[in-house]
Amino acid sequence: MDQWKFTPFLHTALKNLFSRPDTVAYPFKPAVYPDRMRGHVVIQIEDCISCGLCARSCPPGALRVDRAAGTWTISRFDCVQCGSCVNACPKKCLAIVPGYTTPDGEKHTETFTRPPKPDAAPAQPKPAAAPAQPKPAAAPEQAQ
Amino acid sequence: MAKQSIVPFGPQHPVLPEPVHLDLVLEDETVVKAVPSIGFVHRGLEKLVELKDFKQYVYIAERVCGICSFGHGLGYCQCVEDIMGVEAPRRAAYLRTIWMEMSRVHSHLLWLGLLADALGFESLFMQSWRLREKILDMFDLTTGGRIIFSVNCIGGVLKDMDSGMLVQISRTVDEIERELRPVADTFLRDVTVGSRLNGLGVLSAEDAKGMGAVGPMLRASGVPYDSRLTGYAAYGDLSVEPITATAGDSMARCEVRIREIYQSFRLIREAIAKIPQGDIAVPVKGNPNGESFMRIEQPRGEAIYYVKANGTKFLDRFRLRTPTTSNIPPMLDLLRGCQLADVALLILTIDPCISCTER
Ligand code: SF4
Ligand code: SF4
Repeated sequence: MDQWKFTPFLHTALKNLFSRPDTVAYPFKPAVYPDRMRGHVVIQIEDCISCGLCARSCPPGALRVDRAAGTWTISRFDCVQCGSCVNACPKKCLAIVPGYTTPDGEKHTETFTRPPKPDAAPAQPKPAAAPAQPKPAAAPEQAQ
Repeated sequence: MAKQSIVPFGPQHPVLPEPVHLDLVLEDETVVKAVPSIGFVHRGLEKLVELKDFKQYVYIAERVCGICSFGHGLGYCQCVEDIMGVEAPRRAAYLRTIWMEMSRVHSHLLWLGLLADALGFESLFMQSWRLREKILDMFDLTTGGRIIFSVNCIGGVLKDMDSGMLVQISRTVDEIERELRPVADTFLRDVTVGSRLNGLGVLSAEDAKGMGAVGPMLRASGVPYDSRLTGYAAYGDLSVEPITATAGDSMARCEVRIREIYQSFRLIREAIAKIPQGDIAVPVKGNPNGESFMRIEQPRGEAIYYVKANGTKFLDRFRLRTPTTSNIPPMLDLLRGCQLADVALLILTIDPCISCTER
């Protein structure tokens, strides 16, 4: 190097001393996510036709679809938010939305059950491992 | 002859976040030999091609490494596209190039931070990573992830960037370029930084070539080789010049990486200016049958991807040779004769990624 300096960083360091922090004061201020942020998967269960393509495309195998019972089950711990299921769904009833699900100490699944159609009422769904969610596209905090 | 002693180094070490283990044979404070052993973070990702179909595997390929994740997805997709005779649309190629160069900026800034941390220069470390956050925000904006992007697919990309995003990226690039200047100046001109890096671990051009060094490690020894020159994605349309230095020491490796950040800024701007309109993916039908080999320039150096398919949806073989794998032999050569206190710094200057290496 041609010329050496003793304090090239001094200006930056002094400026830094009197500037505001660069980080967000979460949780006192809300975290801001961009629209595309891959937070968690939601389902519009009324539109689901139980084809099972989402479950087959899911790399970690986080999804289970039961055609007879009309249920769609996701293991939130296994899901890696890749978006493969969203692209595979023919009915476009899956979406990845911003915001993380609440952290948990144990593995749990969430099951969504399709409401019976007025014309062709399917058999009563079997009781699933986790309580069925009446409002499928609810916010993660409520869905847990 | 002085008494020899063996000091184990790693896999957990305060300076290196990477789980590399070396047995250092010392004579007093001088290293006479370094014996590496790897395998602490082996995850068997290559073997997973037998269990996950070739479309699912894109998401696994990008999880080989957190820093080069975009490149791994890209290398794998290009291999499969090559086998299936599919060509990604030009817009997709440009988007891939922009993301790839953003990855390079993010990787090199990360490395600069780690280097500053190894030198004990904490505020320089914080400044480097502060700048890196800005690029990560751009990744978050365009792909929805900061580290794992999940935007590559066989036949193109899954997400487009609208003009607002492109403008925002170029604005961020301008901002980082401005703010990087004092940081880069500190790395290249500060007396204390220079006293640690100058003349440390000199690798000659012959040794670099002979031992198969890749990436900034090779170019810092004066060999103008860069696999972006092969023109994959949209690199053929852009003006890529290998960045080289002559000294071959740790400072040269640092300098090459800093200049590559500026080069990436230029390439991002050029790609944004030239990006064509059009589709971002072509539909892919059927299963791949055949084999393919690709090389791409990851931030750490040249990575090689090999895919062998058999006509079913499960591949026969996926092989990945990561840059760190090729940089380990020259690194061992550099360690010979150095002082114990410099070992961590020397390992760092190859920008090791052990989790890539062990997959
Ligand atoms: S986002 Fe990916 S991991 Fe999660 S359920 Fe969908 S396919 Fe499975
Ligand atoms: S792919 Fe869509 S429609 Fe088919 S089971 Fe999954 S969510 Fe339902």
